[in-house]
Amino acid sequence: MDVIIGQLFAGLSVGSVLLLAALGLALTFGQMGIINMAHGEFLMIGAYTAFVVQKGIADAGIALLISIPVSFLVAGIFGVLMEELLLRRLYVRPLDTLLVTFGVSLILQQGARDIFGAPAVEVRAPDWLLGSLNLFGTALPLSRLFIIGVSILVVAMLSALLAFTPFGRRIRAVVLNRDLAEVTGISSRAIDRLTFFIGSGVAGIAGVTLTLIGSTGPTLGNSYVVDAFLIVVAGGVGKLAGSVIAAFALGILQAGVEFQTSPSIGKIVVFVVIIVFLQIRPQGIFSFKTRSLA
Amino acid sequence: MQKTNSLINAKALLAVVAAGAVAVSIVGVPAAASAASSSCVDTKSKTIKVGFVNSLSGTMAISEKTVFDAQTLAVNEINKAGGVLGKKIVVVSEDGASDPATFAQKAQKLIQQDCVAAVFGGWTSSSRKAMLPVFEANNSLLFYPVQYEGLEASKNIYYTGATTNQQILPALDYLKTKKLKKIFLVGSDYVFPRTANKEIKAYAAANGFTVVGEEYAPLGSTDFTTIANKLKASGAEAVLNTINGDSNVAFFKQYGSLGLNAKNCPVISFSIGEEEVAGVGLQYLKGQYTAWDYYQTVSSPANKKFVAAFKKAYGATRHTSDPMEASYAAVNLWALMATKAKSFATDDINSVSKGIQFVAPEGTVVVNANHHITKTPLIGIVNGQGLIDTVWKSPKPVTPDPFLTGYSWWKN
Repeated sequence: MDVIIGQLFAGLSVGSVLLLAALGLALTFGQMGIINMAHGEFLMIGAYTAFVVQKGIADAGIALLISIPVSFLVAGIFGVLMEELLLRRLYVRPLDTLLVTFGVSLILQQGARDIFGAPAVEVRAPDWLLGSLNLFGTALPLSRLFIIGVSILVVAMLSALLAFTPFGRRIRAVVLNRDLAEVTGISSRAIDRLTFFIGSGVAGIAGVTLTLIGSTGPTLGNSYVVDAFLIVVAGGVGKLAGSVIAAFALGILQAGVEFQTSPSIGKIVVFVVIIVFLQIRPQGIFSFKTRSLA
Repeated sequence: MQKTNSLINAKALLAVVAAGAVAVSIVGVPAAASAASSSCVDTKSKTIKVGFVNSLSGTMAISEKTVFDAQTLAVNEINKAGGVLGKKIVVVSEDGASDPATFAQKAQKLIQQDCVAAVFGGWTSSSRKAMLPVFEANNSLLFYPVQYEGLEASKNIYYTGATTNQQILPALDYLKTKKLKKIFLVGSDYVFPRTANKEIKAYAAANGFTVVGEEYAPLGSTDFTTIANKLKASGAEAVLNTINGDSNVAFFKQYGSLGLNAKNCPVISFSIGEEEVAGVGLQYLKGQYTAWDYYQTVSSPANKKFVAAFKKAYGATRHTSDPMEASYAAVNLWALMATKAKSFATDDINSVSKGIQFVAPEGTVVVNANHHITKTPLIGIVNGQGLIDTVWKSPKPVTPDPFLTGYSWWKN
């Protein structure tokens, strides 16, 4: 029994990591249609921001909490720079964004290597996240609970932003029909820039949480970017709820298969399931119903 | 809109897959099988070229960059002392990018285009296995500086790291004296951990150990939740860790967060040296075991000189580790071989290499006929400063036995 709870929890925590990595992408890829291969590097920027903040602040706990908003800002600014300098010229050619952002990702990786060195750097976890909580005889690591908490918080804030604020309404309007939104007086340029800022910033937050479970190195983003795309595509483009369900479903599936077999097999099964699923439902779990002709 | 959207996404996904496939096909053609050409090494000029091939990018960069630095230090020292056979060494460096096929390609380039006299580098056994046919086809020399799983001896490779009976078997002997006989094996999913664990299981069966679990994660994997859960549930008394590269970070963080530590379930690692400790996190590694043949804390005049020179060249915060020391020794051994042979040709060097000695930081090392070197195994514990203290030392240097011919329990 405790093994089942342990693995269920493992699935939830894997899912929450995937979700955090994918949320920013759900905005930029899902809402704007930009294939951002540099998304993983925004995770990396967030992780290194946590490292830099910790250099300045000795207390690991305070440093961690401060680095969450700071890395949101830093990664967000990088995102806006990329949008402003490169991507806005490519909105009519969405597939070309793939190559451009792949180039940006290589540049950012090399930049990190030049500044921080090729070996991974150490980001200390605060003492209050080191132990684990015992529930029904199962040890639930506190760091994982923290990540689940952060991912729930980020999802709640993003959903509220999209559903209830004027800004969120404008984003949804632009996604549904860009031309019609512009006709009603919405500046789609401003919306694009802000969406990209938030999407990249959320990736920065994800990067901070990744320092709790993995290594902080220049290639940190590589291990997550493919999974993040899979989740957004499987979840259905344009809906956050789809990404949430897809992330947790894949997390639990992977943890379950991995427990019975091995991590390599787990990965393969996840890929196969996604391919089969997309054959049956190419639009993903959720999709927008629109009357748009575009 | 919906239609366009899903169309774009389907296309996008295809494009990603296609881009990946192209990348694989470009690097996936190791042009190894080209005909053995006569050596193009230029021995007339005042300099002699050697090649370095280390991963300066990718998941192995955390480890291989340190080997690159140590090799560079050795070359600079030799050049300062007048070079080899009166020639200064010039280094041509290539990035293996943590990818075996790239290693093979770069090795080919170094031998055929740059015409280097010898190549130094490689870390994962997959990279060595990928390069081996290149060096044999071109009859050129590779100096491989990392401990490995044994069961190999090429006349074109010098193995300056430990083979199984100089690292893994002493570690198992040590566990036996500590009465930790319920062991869990965890490793990266490639040739070294799989082969090493085959040998460990054979040893275990012959020595009354129980193997309570054996798990592999893909190289570069960052999720060890499930493996750590299995480890905790298995009731293991000790973990034998053959994970390579930065996956170690994720493993130790997950292991620690389940309440496992050096007291209740010690880990003995075969691929974590001083340079990796900081990256993995001292808070997770303190008190854990490692098995190597050299630590920065080894007290010998040669090591004092080596550590001081390295810190002077690369900064006082840097550490020295076993593979670095082995690669430093490799460059020096090559220089001594060439000096004795009065030639840079592979066959000349091979004919004089047996018995070549070098006073390395770890102690005096001797080249054997099987191209491996005699070394002294050490078991260590990570201390509070991130260095490793020796807790057990082999009473005498161990002769390399890559095929484990001296062990009755081993039948390959």
